[in-house]
Amino acid sequence: MLGEILSEIPRVFTPYNLLLFAEAALTTLLLSGVGCVAGLVFGFGLALARSTRSWPFLPLRILALVYAEVVRRVPFLVTLMLFFFGAQVVGLDLAPLTVALIATSVISTAFVGEIIRSGLQSVRPAQIEAAAVMNFTPWQRLRLVALPQAWPLILPPVFGYFVLFIKDTALASQIGVLELTDAGKILNTKGFSSFLVYGTVLILYFVISYPLARLGSHLESRLGASRHPRTRGSLR
Amino acid sequence: MAHLDIRGLAARYGDAQVLDGIDLQVERGEIVSLIGPSGSGKSTLLRVITGLLPPERGSIALDGQTIDYADRRSVKAARDRLAIVFQQYNLFGNMDVLRNVTVAPVTIRKRDRREVDAEARALLDRVGLGDKLHAYPDQLSGGQQQRVAIARALCLRPEILLLDEVTSALDPERVGEVLDTIRELASDKITMLIVSHEMSFVRDVSHRVAFMADGRIQEIASPEVIFERPAVKRTQDFVGRISRRSGSA
Repeated sequence: MLGEILSEIPRVFTPYNLLLFAEAALTTLLLSGVGCVAGLVFGFGLALARSTRSWPFLPLRILALVYAEVVRRVPFLVTLMLFFFGAQVVGLDLAPLTVALIATSVISTAFVGEIIRSGLQSVRPAQIEAAAVMNFTPWQRLRLVALPQAWPLILPPVFGYFVLFIKDTALASQIGVLELTDAGKILNTKGFSSFLVYGTVLILYFVISYPLARLGSHLESRLGASRHPRTRGSLR
Repeated sequence: MAHLDIRGLAARYGDAQVLDGIDLQVERGEIVSLIGPSGSGKSTLLRVITGLLPPERGSIALDGQTIDYADRRSVKAARDRLAIVFQQYNLFGNMDVLRNVTVAPVTIRKRDRREVDAEARALLDRVGLGDKLHAYPDQLSGGQQQRVAIARALCLRPEILLLDEVTSALDPERVGEVLDTIRELASDKITMLIVSHEMSFVRDVSHRVAFMADGRIQEIASPEVIFERPAVKRTQDFVGRISRRSGSA
């Protein structure tokens, strides 16, 4: 059995197949990277929009609420299909990868936005009131008081979500995007060893997600430390 | 002209009318205490003064200048002259003691960092926390946190200091240390509006005492009058109850 698998190695890892793996891995990395960055940037905006209390921003708050509640309740695949076919219906000629990038960003924004919002809410409002009475601007209240206390609570679930999210990008293959899972399927259909092909896919997913998880723990300990230096040791 | 001039002030939380026509004039350097049962509107009055709750009607003026609570600049200008110490201290959990005291004067008021730092250290020394400069709020006892909150308020160099039940969240043995700190401030001639349930302290430190109930000031007079011969029946009942309680304790 082992001998059989070993003898398959040269047949599976040809330059052409390696190139296919590399291209697919890059696509997965791109989808994950764009999803994570968009999730953080737009998610932060979404969290702020949902947290706003002032009257002029009420429509924005309602919009953010509907967005977060709807998008988080729809399966990723359905959102992907909706964007894919929706683009065709309105006559937009978008490449499947572009559609996948938009869909992943939309979904990631909703999830990360909620995590950020709940993190910000964990900071006692009384501290924010104290800052307001001392004439901190809303931005200063956020930057100097709320965020430094919220980040250590936001980061673990955000990075946990990102790792799950990388795996979800596999669904992009359903609209014809060549990503890792799709590359595995193609090579398997061509008759290459399923064990080697999916084993490689597994390793590549790990290679993409592990550094992200490490970055998460690193930031968590650094930002956790900024909140409370004396726990620096225990957080690492 | 009164330093703090409140006229016909009303405020509500939703359907509940919490303040219903407050008239109060506080002179510069005067210490006025607000006493009364829970829910009488004492803390709400401080929230309205600081702009945390918009007034429904009436006016508040500082040195004759009416604060327009609908105008951000007017509220900001008023807040530059006030400081409040909250019942729950409300220190910033992400900052050490020194930074809690210096952050607003340095970052918001743009004062010289070294000067503020020296002033903060002196204030913290004065409240007995000179050795806790780099401790974080959750490493301090309630009494210590409250004294940091007082130092933080004083470092803003307020003309008017508002103290909102500053001892009610503290263990009985911590109450004394905070009250002693405030007693000492009283000699600084700073205008103070104090909400407190500590009757002996109120009697000791105040120039005048206002008894509040149902969102109104029912009676305002010197501590001697309020505690010994109040004119209003409700004040008599309240003071009587409180004295019996502290007598039996």
